[in-house]
Amino acid sequence: MSGLPISLRQVADLRPATPAPLSPASRSPASRPEALDTLLRFEGVGKTYPGAETSVRALHGIDLAIRRGEVFGIIGRSGAGKSSLIRTVNRLEQPSEGRVLIDGLDIARLDEDGLVALRRRIGMIFQHFNLMSAKTVRENIELPLRVAGVPRAQRRRKVEDLLALVGLEDRRDAYPTQLSGGQKQRVGIARALVHDPQILLCDEATSALDPETTQSILALLREINQRLGLTILLITHEMEVIRDLCDRVAVLERGEVVEQGPVWRVFGEPHHEVTRTLLAPLRHPLPDDVATRLRAEPAPGDALVLDLRFSGRNAAPDLAALANRLGGRVTLLDGGIERIQGRALGHLLLAIHGSPHPASNLLERAHQLADHVEAIGHVAAS
Amino acid sequence: MSLLLDRLWQGLIDTGLMVGVSSLLALILGIPLAVVLVTSERGGLFEAPALNRLLGGLVNLFRSVPFLILMVALIPFTRLLVGTTYGVWAAVVPLTIAATPFFARIAEVSLREVDHGLIEAAQAMGCRRWHIIWHVLLPEALPGLIGGFTITVVTLINSSAMAGAIGAGGLGDLAYRYGYQRFDTQVMVTVIIVLIVLVTLIQLSGDRLARYFNRR
Repeated sequence: MSGLPISLRQVADLRPATPAPLSPASRSPASRPEALDTLLRFEGVGKTYPGAETSVRALHGIDLAIRRGEVFGIIGRSGAGKSSLIRTVNRLEQPSEGRVLIDGLDIARLDEDGLVALRRRIGMIFQHFNLMSAKTVRENIELPLRVAGVPRAQRRRKVEDLLALVGLEDRRDAYPTQLSGGQKQRVGIARALVHDPQILLCDEATSALDPETTQSILALLREINQRLGLTILLITHEMEVIRDLCDRVAVLERGEVVEQGPVWRVFGEPHHEVTRTLLAPLRHPLPDDVATRLRAEPAPGDALVLDLRFSGRNAAPDLAALANRLGGRVTLLDGGIERIQGRALGHLLLAIHGSPHPASNLLERAHQLADHVEAIGHVAAS
Repeated sequence: MSLLLDRLWQGLIDTGLMVGVSSLLALILGIPLAVVLVTSERGGLFEAPALNRLLGGLVNLFRSVPFLILMVALIPFTRLLVGTTYGVWAAVVPLTIAATPFFARIAEVSLREVDHGLIEAAQAMGCRRWHIIWHVLLPEALPGLIGGFTITVVTLINSSAMAGAIGAGGLGDLAYRYGYQRFDTQVMVTVIIVLIVLVTLIQLSGDRLARYFNRR
């Protein structure tokens, strides 16, 4: 990692010559042509913490490319290395191996001035908000500008703009203890945006919030991503956050990326065991009452239970075609479809009674209309 | 009675002078010392383990010597500094030298209690190291620093009683000479009451000030 230290002016030049497009890009990947250019790249990033007896390997061989303007999520269980990874982007952590490149620049080469300039191009929000308790909302948001030597009048204008953006104009003189969790995170977001950064790092930004507040913070982040064209890198252990906000996702386990891709694909066709475990809370388990009535071998007059999965590769389920293709009486026992990035994902648990087609045939017929079909068993027709 | 009042007044002035000047000096010297102690440790903002060990050792050295002995041992140094070894100003030197490491240790604890997440947030927003000290560490630790300073002032009132040994006067000296050596209980009791009122007032205002600045 040799080379000359790079300082202030060169970092300033890293900003794109033309500002990122302000078009309200929809979340479907096709409408994001600009997203193809890589803003942030991890190249073989590894991190080992030396310990008294054994050293701990927190990260190993991380290769990721984050595109300009996208929302990229990193999910993993606690201790998977997410925190260490996100902290290498603004050098709160130094990787022990590999490089982190922002716009092609190896950030390990920055001297202190260069690092300070870089950090002003990268906003960060935290799980526990990390607001200064001795400062008011306004002073907290103003702090990054103050230390950067921005004149007072200009600071005040910027703070007012951001207070309006996060909807806290009436709380500008409150202290953080007087705010709710969601309000604190809004202050955190305003503070992170005060230098008009290119990248926003979100470190478990909603993990300390209740579900309703989480939704409002996610909506705000989505708005910021679309209105300001800001690239967002977030870490979380909650799949809902990935589903509701991200374009692409990487799954981290024991310091390694085990799976990555567009969110709809990872949700629709999870390959790694850890991904499935993380997705489990979002999945419908087999309802208890169905499970208890289930028989492996059919009794006369039983209905066949099929589980049809839709992974988002094809069109949304065509109900008429399904009923038609399967024949007999088709009952929807459980399931549902959700739309992720404009794709229909989900499953339908169907009971088929009195079909003219033999059971073995039904499986195949259903498969023509769903991505994955599984015969669960038989239940007495109700 | 008026003689007692005169002596009491003079004692109060002497104590006030000794404690006031030395606590002010301890404040001015102690806070930077505490900041250096916190930031120079391993993993600190200005990591310098050798300096940290040296300063820590010095602080411990001065803190472990009883004040009376420290005062006597410092006589040559006091003479060098203020030109005399007798009186109020001669007492200020050992009092300051005893109070500074004492206050620095208490201040160090308050500074260390500042949530590491705040320092991380400050780094992430592009603060330089001295920005972090000035805008994060000191303001966030302020209530604790005020509390620690209050304790230091009260401790100084205590120590200043011993300064009578080098002719500095003060309330403690008054109580010792009249109350103990001349068996004048009235003087002793009066001085004790004055001291109780003084300490109570200082502690109360310190607490109030700390509470005012505590936004947590």
